[in-house]
Amino acid sequence: MPLVRGSPCYISYSHSSALLYRQKRRNMEKFQTLLESKLQSVDKAEELVMSEAGKAGFDEDDQHQIGMAVRECMVNAVVHGNRYSSNKRVHLDIERSEKGLTVVVGDEGEGFDLSALPDPLAPENLLRQSGRGLLLIRAFMDEFDLHPRPGGGTEVRLVKNLAAV
Amino acid sequence: MSVKLTSRQVGDVTVIDAAGRITLGEGASAFRDYIRDLAAKGKKKLLLNLSEVSYIDSSGIGEMVSGFTTVTNNGGQLKLIGLSKRVKDLLQITKLYTVFEAFDDETEAVRSFS
Repeated sequence: MPLVRGSPCYISYSHSSALLYRQKRRNMEKFQTLLESKLQSVDKAEELVMSEAGKAGFDEDDQHQIGMAVRECMVNAVVHGNRYSSNKRVHLDIERSEKGLTVVVGDEGEGFDLSALPDPLAPENLLRQSGRGLLLIRAFMDEFDLHPRPGGGTEVRLVKNLAAV
Repeated sequence: MSVKLTSRQVGDVTVIDAAGRITLGEGASAFRDYIRDLAAKGKKKLLLNLSEVSYIDSSGIGEMVSGFTTVTNNGGQLKLIGLSKRVKDLLQITKLYTVFEAFDDETEAVRSFS
């Protein structure tokens, strides 16, 4: 199956993000975007992913859940990972196939220890103001994996599978 | 669209009608300021109507919890009406259905305040 490469690297399509590459094959499309460490990037990533989820065939509720999971990852990357640094970017990879959608969100922060996070469902933590993002991500996606990003930072991989017909 | 907040009195209950998105940034901070302002004015019976809220993220949930704590610490109560299925799901996933008292009907909710 021939691989069709799209536009070359670093085609800027807005002031706040850059499309790094795009690959297209039959039944599969994959692209990577670099986003600035700003809250506007959270909305942009959510819109992008929801649009891809719609193209993949997810219904409205699934699109909402995927969008929200990505939103929570982006907030973690921008706020906690990159700490709004103008020198750091958030790496967003989206792969759409006939099986579903895979999204990878990477930051350039100092990384963090997942096991150090308090359990948001423990009775003593129910009234805490923060700490529910990962809980929602896990609830909404079929796969969730968090690991150190090559080159520094943290990378979160999310997968949502299309229901088998 | 960020969140739009208005309030009205039904007897001694203050009903807060929220519309739009309660998400990290403008929406969540506007929501926090609004609840704190009502609590500072001595309002103790607050009913939050979420029927026109299209989106709440984990930051928005955090502000709802923070508002609940503020009002409760002030000797008041914060209850909910107008929950969409998506908001109900969020409260279920986060176990906050055990914290918030929620109603389908406004009249019933208003009557529930002691």
